[in-house]
Amino acid sequence: MATASLTSRPASRTAADPGEHVLRRRRKVWSYVAMSALAVVFLFPLVFMFVSSLKPDAQILGDVGSPRAFLPVGDISLDNYFGVFDRVPVGQFLVNSVLVTVLTVGLGLVVNSMAGFALSRMRWKGRSVVLAIVIATLIVPFETIAVPMVYWVSKLPTLVMEGGILKYDFGWLNSYHVQIVPFIANAFSIFLFTQYFSTIPKSLDEAARIDGAGWFTIYRRIIVPLAGPAFATVAILTFLPAWNQYLWPLMVVQQEELRPVMVGMQYFFQLNTAWGEVMAYTSLITLPVLIVFLSFQRAFVSSVAASGVKG
Amino acid sequence: MTTSSSIPTPLLAAPEPGAAAPPRRRRIAAARRSEGRSGLAMVAPALLLLVLFLVIPVLLAFGLSFTNARLISPNPPRFVGLDNFVRAFTADPAFLRSAINTFVFAVVIVPVQAGLGLLLAVLVNQKLRGVTMFRVIFFVPVVTSIVVVSILWKFMYQKDGLVNSFIDTITFGAWQGTAWLNNPSTALGAIIVLSIWQAVGFHMLIWLSGLQTIPEELYEAARMDGATPWQQFTNVTWPGLRSTMVFVLVTITIAALGLFVQVDVMTQGGPVNSTTTLVYHAVRKGYREMETGYGATISLIFFVLVLIVALVQRFLTREKD
Amino acid sequence: MNRGSLAKILSVSAVGALVLTGCGQAGQGGGSASGEGPVELTMWTHSAGNPAELEVYEQIIDDFNASQDEYEVVEESFPQGAYNDAIVAAAAADDLPCLLDMDGPIVPNWAWAGYIQPLGLPQEITDSLLPTAVGTYQDEIYSAGYWDAALAIFARESVLKANDIRIPTTDEPWTLEEFDATLATLKAAGYDTPLDLGAEDAGEWWPYAYSPMLQSAGGDLIDRDTMLSADGTLNGPEAVEYFTWFQEAFEQGYTSNAGTVGNEEFNADEVALSYTGVWNALDSLDTVGDDLLILPPPDFGTGPRIGGGSWQWGISSSCDSPEGARAYLEFSFQDKYITAFSDKQVVIPATEGAVEASQHFGPEGDLRPFVELSQEFALLRPQTPAYPVISSTFAKAGQDIMNGADVQSTLDGAVAEIDANIQSNDGYGF
Repeated sequence: MATASLTSRPASRTAADPGEHVLRRRRKVWSYVAMSALAVVFLFPLVFMFVSSLKPDAQILGDVGSPRAFLPVGDISLDNYFGVFDRVPVGQFLVNSVLVTVLTVGLGLVVNSMAGFALSRMRWKGRSVVLAIVIATLIVPFETIAVPMVYWVSKLPTLVMEGGILKYDFGWLNSYHVQIVPFIANAFSIFLFTQYFSTIPKSLDEAARIDGAGWFTIYRRIIVPLAGPAFATVAILTFLPAWNQYLWPLMVVQQEELRPVMVGMQYFFQLNTAWGEVMAYTSLITLPVLIVFLSFQRAFVSSVAASGVKG
Repeated sequence: MTTSSSIPTPLLAAPEPGAAAPPRRRRIAAARRSEGRSGLAMVAPALLLLVLFLVIPVLLAFGLSFTNARLISPNPPRFVGLDNFVRAFTADPAFLRSAINTFVFAVVIVPVQAGLGLLLAVLVNQKLRGVTMFRVIFFVPVVTSIVVVSILWKFMYQKDGLVNSFIDTITFGAWQGTAWLNNPSTALGAIIVLSIWQAVGFHMLIWLSGLQTIPEELYEAARMDGATPWQQFTNVTWPGLRSTMVFVLVTITIAALGLFVQVDVMTQGGPVNSTTTLVYHAVRKGYREMETGYGATISLIFFVLVLIVALVQRFLTREKD
Repeated sequence: MNRGSLAKILSVSAVGALVLTGCGQAGQGGGSASGEGPVELTMWTHSAGNPAELEVYEQIIDDFNASQDEYEVVEESFPQGAYNDAIVAAAAADDLPCLLDMDGPIVPNWAWAGYIQPLGLPQEITDSLLPTAVGTYQDEIYSAGYWDAALAIFARESVLKANDIRIPTTDEPWTLEEFDATLATLKAAGYDTPLDLGAEDAGEWWPYAYSPMLQSAGGDLIDRDTMLSADGTLNGPEAVEYFTWFQEAFEQGYTSNAGTVGNEEFNADEVALSYTGVWNALDSLDTVGDDLLILPPPDFGTGPRIGGGSWQWGISSSCDSPEGARAYLEFSFQDKYITAFSDKQVVIPATEGAVEASQHFGPEGDLRPFVELSQEFALLRPQTPAYPVISSTFAKAGQDIMNGADVQSTLDGAVAEIDANIQSNDGYGF
């Protein structure tokens, strides 16, 4: 598996003659210049965000047009962070988002990889129809079906504990599962799994079949262990939208205890926006994602890249 | 993985499933039946969820598009035939602008983002110290929420904002910036720049993976023939990136056509309709202005257009064997 | 990915799913009696992220719950920016609470749609309130609020005096000519954009702030006699004249839509005049002190106007216990609570008793001018179910005109859109 990664060795090239050596050094210098300039462009909004979170509102607005916007100068304090904790139940929202994200991603990996397995390695009636449905659903942006969805989930049955008795009721609004279940199956994930699985040699299945293994066993024992990059890719790609959910929880979750982090952003847009607190809050909710990303960056990036080729 | 670049899997094509070949007919039949049952069972959870939470809402939207349904109304919805479609194409200038803007956005974003992504990938594919750090930095905007990013950039695009003070600095005051999001002729461009900035790191990585699957021997052979770096790129690199290219194009196109959050946060479709998009217009009409039926019509037209684009794209990028 | 980690994912997910199913909540269901205890009354506010306002609500709820044992009010708060999206979704899903607050102008739409019921509060309560704090549709009262807001023009006395500008009064406001001359003078005096109209804001601010100016000029959002058409009022000569002035004010650099929402530019003396709300007054008072003037808006022809109607309370039609909801609202309209809202929120109290008792708006209060402005000039936005579409269309047309669109054709387009919407809804019951 020649998977690209942040740390993998780039293709090596041998210098043929001294003239080319000079040429290569010059190219190297220019590469650094270009990459550094680009690095500034890619980082400065985030630096602006973190730096502004330490300043009072008036100073953020005053600094916005000068290089001071990137520098922690002037009236620096953690006041905005205290303000955030006064205004928003940050801890609760973070817990909710972690829960929703982990379950959406976890269940999604299982459900979508099984579907990808069946679609890529098994022969069955209706396979092409199902594949067509999966591909067709790729093009549906969630916003366009949000309204019918609200109406629809409000009619779905659910189980409730009432006075120690398990009963069923109608309406999925105002729960954790309404934030999770609709997003488990994901056409893009199925598609990536299908593509990736189809590159694993079929002879492995055949050998296992001869040994009497069932299809689920083949999936679990042979394919899954070989498909690490695909799982990691799907995990990342479904992690981000799950963490960033906004419109949907806004529409279907009424209790504050169940709200995710992105909805919390609206708490700062009162008659006048508390910009310092907005910056502090966005820093707070971006930080976990950055930490997760940086600590898993090798697996992250290599696997996104690895499955990319397969497209 | 190593072999895949030489045998690219065509996008959107079902890979041919392998089948074991047991010797006896009856056993074949039994195995086929069992394979059929297992296949269906394994795809069932995903299929059920997709049907429940995508197919049914889409069908509901289809049904609504032929009615005058309103989100909040004492009157029951009435079947109005094609009235909504007629209205969209003849009596709703904002709809036509939305279609044009969406198209312009995609036409610009697809090649530019794909091209810049490739450029970045070539840059960070070099054997240089610290190149890992740059890969990480270019990828950071991808993991940042688009809502957060839009709020930040809205700030920076102000008349006295960071973007203009930057332009002022590098041109030594020769060129005065405008209030980018308030100017009908620059607002869409401003959103395009921000969108590319946010997403290009993702496509850089995909290109990078494609680059790294091209066998080094091919480059050596090309250099032996005296090929310049540009000739190496056109003769070795580019042909080797075919399947990657298809993947990159399709993912950017789908994302570009669905443009919504940036517009919703930054401009609400203005100024003078210069940034309204089909998805934004559908949400504005169908949800904010509560004309559910008409909003569904816009969504339906959107689906059809995307489908056409996808088919055309597939036709253009098909394997020419 | 090895087998072990897949098994882990599977088991964690399965356990999680089970736990969540157990947590599944029943819908809001309005008010419901469960067994012996008091009847639960659910209540939604738009006040999340606004601790000062929430504090007063919590006080009222605690007092009400303690005062009797028949009902128990349970409050849920939403952030203002997301509130309308949330209640519309809840209405579509038939999941509204018993008690909910709404922005005044959308009340007729909700009443028409049947989501809220006539308020049924004793007349002496509703009569005691500011007329702009009561929401009616077809002569029936559907909502009532504890306060109203008001807009004014903020200025510095020293700046006006230094430039020989007459200080206007409610009896003798600036005429349009005077106002234009004032802007020209101030621009010449070195203010890059002398007037902050708040045009960088979006949404409901536009009709709230600028439709009173349109009315002052003799136009309107809709023909209020019939409520059936905007033709002639939103695109007549008076409206064209007003919007031409509006467009030119931007073109000539008298005002701009740069900057951020809020009153920072005025406080920093970057603009000389600021058309803004009572909610920004305390900050400006802090920075400007005695020099601060709270002035009436200019007279565009038929006398100054400002917008009226703020957040108000209603009872949903699906409420199982409207008597309980009424009992709560009746309890809540006490002068002490209304005063508390006013003091914490800096808004004009809706009853005279509370005005007298309030810290800022009493006879000697530092923000007293707002009370006069509200009494003299406040006008409600048209009380028709068509208001949501009128509001959105007006805001869009206004922004387009600000950005240089042709005035007459833009207004004609807005009228066509509003009239088509009214027709497709069979006149909204008018």
